[in-house]
Amino acid sequence: MYEHNGEKYFVLDTHTHFWDASPENWVKGQEQFAEGWINCFHAYQGLGPPETHWPIEKFQKYTEDDFVTDMFEEGYVDVAVFQPTYLKQWYTNGFNTAEANSKLAEKYPDRLIVNGRWDPREGDEGLRQLEEDAQRYGHKGVKLYTAEWRNGSRGWSLKDPESQRFLDKCKELGIVNIHVHKGPTIWPLDKDAFDVADVDYVATNNPELNFIVEHVGLPRIEDFCFMATQEPNVYAGLAVVIGGLMHARPRFFAKVMGELLFWVGEDKMLFGADYAIWEPKWQVEGFIDWNYPDETFSDYPALGVDGKKKIMGLNAAKLYGVEVPQELQLPPEEAKEPAARDDAQLVEDRA
Amino acid sequence: MTIHSRVLEALATVYDPELDEPITSLRFVTSCEVSADGDVDVRLRLPTPQCAPNFAYLMAADARNAVRGLPEVRDVTVVLEDHYTGDEINTAVGRGEGFAEAFPGETEGELDSLRELFQRKALVARESRLCEELLAEGLTPEEVTARRVTDLPDDPNARRCIELREQLGIHAEHDAPAFVRPDGEPVAAADLRLWLRKARLMRTSLEVNGGICRSLLRIRYDLSDAKEVAA
Repeated sequence: MYEHNGEKYFVLDTHTHFWDASPENWVKGQEQFAEGWINCFHAYQGLGPPETHWPIEKFQKYTEDDFVTDMFEEGYVDVAVFQPTYLKQWYTNGFNTAEANSKLAEKYPDRLIVNGRWDPREGDEGLRQLEEDAQRYGHKGVKLYTAEWRNGSRGWSLKDPESQRFLDKCKELGIVNIHVHKGPTIWPLDKDAFDVADVDYVATNNPELNFIVEHVGLPRIEDFCFMATQEPNVYAGLAVVIGGLMHARPRFFAKVMGELLFWVGEDKMLFGADYAIWEPKWQVEGFIDWNYPDETFSDYPALGVDGKKKIMGLNAAKLYGVEVPQELQLPPEEAKEPAARDDAQLVEDRA
Repeated sequence: MTIHSRVLEALATVYDPELDEPITSLRFVTSCEVSADGDVDVRLRLPTPQCAPNFAYLMAADARNAVRGLPEVRDVTVVLEDHYTGDEINTAVGRGEGFAEAFPGETEGELDSLRELFQRKALVARESRLCEELLAEGLTPEEVTARRVTDLPDDPNARRCIELREQLGIHAEHDAPAFVRPDGEPVAAADLRLWLRKARLMRTSLEVNGGICRSLLRIRYDLSDAKEVAA
């Protein structure tokens, strides 16, 4: 919980990790990828305030104490969602697995939610594994990496028929939140790797599921926004947006926030700190204090206290069924229409 | 003008296809050496080791072609450094081979449609700035959409718009409409407000993407921030 100017904010961080990228965990022969990956993450940390930068050794592997301090004690986080990233082709025990996450989550059962994963290329065995994982970890969500390498295949699409079998299994298991990470190296390499068209397709076909596009589809915000404005069950995950831009590029941050508020709306945006790339403390403080820098942004929708409360935690609490203390909820009022504007709804798939 | 500066000039005509900015101003050219015999060695770098191989290939191949076009140049070597597919890309570019040959079995063809997709985004993003300038001067939507190519200001932004239109095969003669949609159709006055909303979002996306790339490159190679435009 974060308190500022007499207002109390429930903080639900939808995007956190507990990873091990230490050299002991690098797969033999794959060291350059394992090292390249974590170095790349470390460079992203450089986009935050200098006093929050870590040395690479700590960044490769941090302790449970670090996590608890940075998230709960200093970072104002009430509840956080672990998003797993396996990368077992580079990291022997995986980079950041549900198994490792759950060991920590068992100590804080009311504060940590463990998301799972699946990969349609794993077929029947993958479906069985998902069932088993859902039972063991109580998954309410999954994190999908369509760009993950596997046996020479450099990625997959949510449009693949095999993906629908896994989405159906999610419905059966009560896994309703499908977080999708879009990133480079998806096959085929000659297409744009960040294409969100497959999310559009499955969101339409699976209205009972929520699709959270992580990093708002960066660097293809426009494709994401045009899609999200037409799909009531598509949400914007703000990890990287706040961490990567608010400090390093404040004017760009303001523009992106303005565009997201206009096209997607404050009811469909979810805070995520993306620890341990960035600590939540400075992001929570900065975001609650944030406003557009000057009048050149007056064309964008305003973001008030209520909107910040929703983005910081109340929206995600609904998706994950997390109980929010009465004093941290918004005062009851008639349900509002989603913030997407009339002309946003007019959008056809052409600019 | 020395050969070296002509080579640099040629490199400045090579654009990052995703960001629509010259690779020189993005500081992707690490070094450029010209031997006494006219052999050129260009080194390129990118913000992360995992930057998309398709765009990386295009920049390396375009750089080689741009420099090879200079009559006084003999051999040209372009090397993309510190990239996870650097070996594949460098070998293919060195042999003058296409992207499909750099990654056999992993692509369904060349990158023309990918390049075109981003040229269309870039065009609309740039038009949005020109359009906003006119609206700020007090022109009505009808007046803005009545503008012709010949009415555009003589500035780098407008010149790049015309260049992109020519590359895309969208009419760019003097009397062609100044503002067109990505498919080349003129923007109608009634659609201007929504069109501009979308065009501006594309511009924001390109700018933000470029901003993140610049920041990551600066961190990766410990560069000073001095040459950057504040954003």
